[in-house]
Amino acid sequence: MEAANVPARTKLLQAHGLILLRRMLLIREFDARAGELLASGEIMGEIHQYIGQEAVAVGVLAGAGAEALVGSTHRGHGHLLARGCAPRPMMAELYGKASGYCKGKGGSMHITSLEHGMLGANAILGASAAIAVGAAFAEKTTQSSRVAVAFFGDGAANQGVLHESMNLAAVWKLPVLFVCENNQYAISLRADHGLSVRDVSSRAAAYGFDGRSVDGMDVLTVYEATCEALRRMRTSSLPFLLEAKTYRYHGHFSAEAAILKHPYRPEDEESVWQRRDPIARLRGELLAHGFVPQEELDALHGDVRAEVEDAVVFARQSPPPSADEAFTDVYATEVAGLPDGVR
Amino acid sequence: MPRIRFAQALHDALAEEMRRDASVIVLGEDVRCGLMGITTGLVDEFGPERVLDTPISEAGFTALAIGAAIRGLRPVVEYQISALPYVAMDQLVNQAAKLRYMTGGQIRIPMVVRVTMSGAAGGLGAQHSDHNYPMLAHMGLKTIMPSSPADAKGLLKSAVRDDDPVIVYEDAKCLSVRGEVPEGDYATPLGRAEVVRNGGAVTIVAIGHMVHEALRASELLDREGIAAEIVDARCVLPLDTHTVLASVARTGRLVVADDSNSFCGFAAEVAARVAGEGFGLLRAPIIRCARPTVPVPFSPPLESAILPSAAGVVRAARQPMEAHMPAGKGADGCT
Ligand SMILES: Cc1ncc(C[n+]2csc(CCOP(=O)(O)OP(=O)(O)O)c2C)c(N)n1
Ligand SMILES: [Mg+2]
Repeated sequence: MEAANVPARTKLLQAHGLILLRRMLLIREFDARAGELLASGEIMGEIHQYIGQEAVAVGVLAGAGAEALVGSTHRGHGHLLARGCAPRPMMAELYGKASGYCKGKGGSMHITSLEHGMLGANAILGASAAIAVGAAFAEKTTQSSRVAVAFFGDGAANQGVLHESMNLAAVWKLPVLFVCENNQYAISLRADHGLSVRDVSSRAAAYGFDGRSVDGMDVLTVYEATCEALRRMRTSSLPFLLEAKTYRYHGHFSAEAAILKHPYRPEDEESVWQRRDPIARLRGELLAHGFVPQEELDALHGDVRAEVEDAVVFARQSPPPSADEAFTDVYATEVAGLPDGVR
Repeated sequence: MPRIRFAQALHDALAEEMRRDASVIVLGEDVRCGLMGITTGLVDEFGPERVLDTPISEAGFTALAIGAAIRGLRPVVEYQISALPYVAMDQLVNQAAKLRYMTGGQIRIPMVVRVTMSGAAGGLGAQHSDHNYPMLAHMGLKTIMPSSPADAKGLLKSAVRDDDPVIVYEDAKCLSVRGEVPEGDYATPLGRAEVVRNGGAVTIVAIGHMVHEALRASELLDREGIAAEIVDARCVLPLDTHTVLASVARTGRLVVADDSNSFCGFAAEVAARVAGEGFGLLRAPIIRCARPTVPVPFSPPLESAILPSAAGVVRAARQPMEAHMPAGKGADGCT
């Protein structure tokens, strides 16, 4: 931080530090636990852990406000928790239980809670960001002041639909905050091997709106940048493209190490990023300023762990959906004449 | 004959074709490291100019492959999941499938699209579990789906050598199957089904991993005194109806085991062809063992409730055995 900003940062820290820390811790603990459960075979499929990137979801969604409509990604647990979605139905969704946010039909990559303005996680890169543009459009037609936040990765940044959507959002002056989470890799592809530019934010210029790249390992920076972006969006009536430079600590998906023969990331790279860990940094600052005593931080961590464990117990005890649930929710109205087949 | 894994057979086919023909290139997401081990190591032998990691731009790199194919290269495109043809649909259907025809035959597009990890690997949810192998064939693209390592190698080689676009579906549930693979260079011609088990009571036409489900089912059916004949279709288009009809001529009954959506699907095509061209051979209605047309749910008990399995094939095969229909012309009807 530059010297002139220090007081502002201190104020922010004092006002919001603890709640931001709590949300980041919740994401980390939730995904760490989910990773263990997957590894032990208790939950099925795959999860994409958000660990390392917590400052992005938490900073952006705190800055965007509780009214914002959010398009999430395949790596969506962080967005949901940052938004205030509850660990219990999230964990139940990972277990495929009827008490999950999507009745167990969605799974990790599709957790959605419209009630929270969460338009959905999505397994197709770029898709949810593009759909968020439509949500912003709908808001605009009703003269509402709600904005949409469209998350996507450095890999998804090269998906055609995103480019079309950014152009559309600009031409129709839609209130969309595009947020690129540049975690340096798209599976094994280094961001700079896939991107034509160093900073994804510089692409905003091609669509006629503003963009900015910030340190995605610092939640206060991300929070401030989001607030500033929203101010800019209000005055310009245009979208904004925020890029947060960050890092995922774990494999692309949790079973990656078991599958890949050769690591694609340099050995010491993670430890370099770990030194800028967003949780350690915020905790350190809170302590250094004496805003929160050590015991309270320890208690907070304990609370968060207990909340995650409670979610696991809830999920374990929830009943599975009944088999006929496989055939409900397909259409909003009945459709006749579909063959069922013998299975 | 050496026994190798299906994924290894695909790898060997690619490596051998790249060695044989310098115009063969491989491109797609993460192909240099190769998530399933299929393209792993190719970059070491053939270099980064022929093994290209693409940005996540399926429409763009599919179009690039079409353009390169028109100009004489033989691109092998990889889609790492079966959802990716949707993203590149215009390139596949409007461009790759039609340009030759529309240009009065001026253009050749010797390109391969490998759709790997296709189908429901388990617990990946609706957007990563489709098994859409009938989809592009419906629009006229040559489409193949081997079930054994030997066919994986032989059919992929034929696909690479073919002068038309060929879509190769690599069934997620076959990737770890082991089997014997002939030594030396060989190519398995497209459009020939194979009888993989003889039996006189009912013909089960299967494709992809359903061949293995049908083989498991046939052992259970044996105990009930039902001798199943299993035909591995191997290709969706070209479709070998001759082999299928010849089998139905022997059995008089047909089940199609097709792990894709039943509505307008592969089984529907096989059933229509047999009903149309071999009606007199049939002694019972044709039964489809296929997915209901709903998205694949994540929840494990729901997922297993909709996916066809060996048990489903058994249930399907019992039905024509119980049905009463006036006997057809039998074997005389098929030449
Ligand atoms: C359209 C599309 N192409 C490819 C994939 C397969 N895939 C899933 S995640 C991923 C990498 C995504 O990278 P990025 O957008 O940077 O997000 P990150 O995983 O790093 O959070 C790929 C290629 C997909 N899901 N959707
Ligand atoms: Mg990334």
